[in-house]
Amino acid sequence: MNSGRLLNIILGIYVALIFCFVFAPIIFSMIFSFNSQRFPTIPLGDFTTEWYEKIFADPDIWEAALNSLIVSSSAAVIATFLGFCTAYSDYRYTFRFKGPYLALILLPPTIPLIIMALAMLAWFSKIGISGQIYSIVIAHSVLTAPFAMAVIRLRLNQMDPDLEAAAWNLGGSEWATMRHVIIPFCKPAIASALFLTAAVSFDEFAVSWFVSGLNKTLPVVILEIVQGNIDPQVNAIGTFVFLISMTLVVLAQIFFASRQLKSIRS
Amino acid sequence: MTTTPRKRIGLYELTWRLPIIVWQCVFFAGPVLFMVAMSFFLVRNYRMTEAFDFANWERMLTRGFFWDSYLYTVMIAAVSTVCAMCIAFPAAYALALRASETTRRWAIFLLIIPFFTSYLVRTFSWFVILSESGVINALLANIGLGPFTMLNTSFGTLVGYMTLTLPLVVILQTVTMANIDRTLIEAARNLGCKPMATIWQVIIPLSKTGLIIAAIFCFILSFGDFVAPFYLGGSQEPTLPILILDTTKSGQQWPRAAVVAIMMMLTLFAIAFAGIALAYRKRKGAK
Repeated sequence: MNSGRLLNIILGIYVALIFCFVFAPIIFSMIFSFNSQRFPTIPLGDFTTEWYEKIFADPDIWEAALNSLIVSSSAAVIATFLGFCTAYSDYRYTFRFKGPYLALILLPPTIPLIIMALAMLAWFSKIGISGQIYSIVIAHSVLTAPFAMAVIRLRLNQMDPDLEAAAWNLGGSEWATMRHVIIPFCKPAIASALFLTAAVSFDEFAVSWFVSGLNKTLPVVILEIVQGNIDPQVNAIGTFVFLISMTLVVLAQIFFASRQLKSIRS
Repeated sequence: MTTTPRKRIGLYELTWRLPIIVWQCVFFAGPVLFMVAMSFFLVRNYRMTEAFDFANWERMLTRGFFWDSYLYTVMIAAVSTVCAMCIAFPAAYALALRASETTRRWAIFLLIIPFFTSYLVRTFSWFVILSESGVINALLANIGLGPFTMLNTSFGTLVGYMTLTLPLVVILQTVTMANIDRTLIEAARNLGCKPMATIWQVIIPLSKTGLIIAAIFCFILSFGDFVAPFYLGGSQEPTLPILILDTTKSGQQWPRAAVVAIMMMLTLFAIAFAGIALAYRKRKGAK
């Protein structure tokens, strides 16, 4: 038993080290965002809000933030709609070519973003829809739909398959059943999917950078600042974006949790 | 509630099935297929003209720099995969088989957080931490060591790859191992199997599928990432994603970039295919 406890302690330290590695860049970036040195090192400089003042005074960053907000919310709505349709089709029907059908929605995340960026840039230019805000929205809806599909499909798994049939037997049409039974049942998953896809879209930079033209989103602005030189503004923007993303994730979690609570109660 | 395949498809059914087909064909399959076609186009006077010509393929595949870059990228992505799998394993083992359910859930929740922080900002943070006058070298200087050059080396690139892949690999390994039937591990122990032998002969074979899938994802992510090799590796040895970036952004040579992208996709398909075949291969004597 004693050697087992020793092993547990060693493994515990090991896990802690892994977490240190994973969180070091996040925590340091937050610390640096309040640090007066242009090139931060130890010992730290004075506490300052200079970098935050700079970014809040910069109209380009406000514009990028607005673009990011528009892109991530629109992409989330489209991706969640597409995800819902696919999840429901997969749940309800068996049909020929179901494999390719599912592959069509599930494949995008397995292709490196730089390749999708090139392919979408070329294709969007060809059909004349590149360089606009909606180009990024379209691209992100394709890239994030699989996540929405996964979340909603998991929720549908929990639905009693007889529920739909019962509604039909009681005289409800397919459309009425969808409106009064299935959508209410999936509501928490739909909300989760919206926040999750919005958060993924909010951080994506490779495809945005390629297809956006002059309409930059926040991550693209970060990319351009980083390319130039060392500028602690990046840390301030990063911390700010982190707070927004985490708010979205926590909201998604709350919907997820409330759904579980409800299913426990019933 | 399954309908027979022969049944006529109604409006209701089509409403749910069609949107994704149309959307993904136009905006996902379209771009990918067009990229394949584009690899045969020609660029004349900085303008791309539609053609069917193998010039781009010939130009890229007969050049040494492409193959150097190709080998380097495959190699460093493989090294990254091996590192991530080995580094993650003890942690995943601890979380999956030795920690309580609550601890495991919290650990997984914490490991999801990095996915929602900007990877660019994390890379920039490493850039500052690892630099010659950065945090690590400042700490090492206190005990009389260094300074060490960590940026613009393969080590820097690997740190970036680990930042990207390690949380995912730990999560996937943990979930896989947590799903192993505990009675089998108990049985091995009762039959006198030593802990290390249990890991090699019981736990790893039982979680083979999940481990291989984790490795495939790790390889895909490292192989396709341009941020780590660019900012932390200094792109002295350009990886394929950097080659795509340079060719597209500065050179306007989209068809050549398409050739590189297609070669990358083929490589990934081959590796994913081999991995999945390996993952689902039945062992001799097994049911």
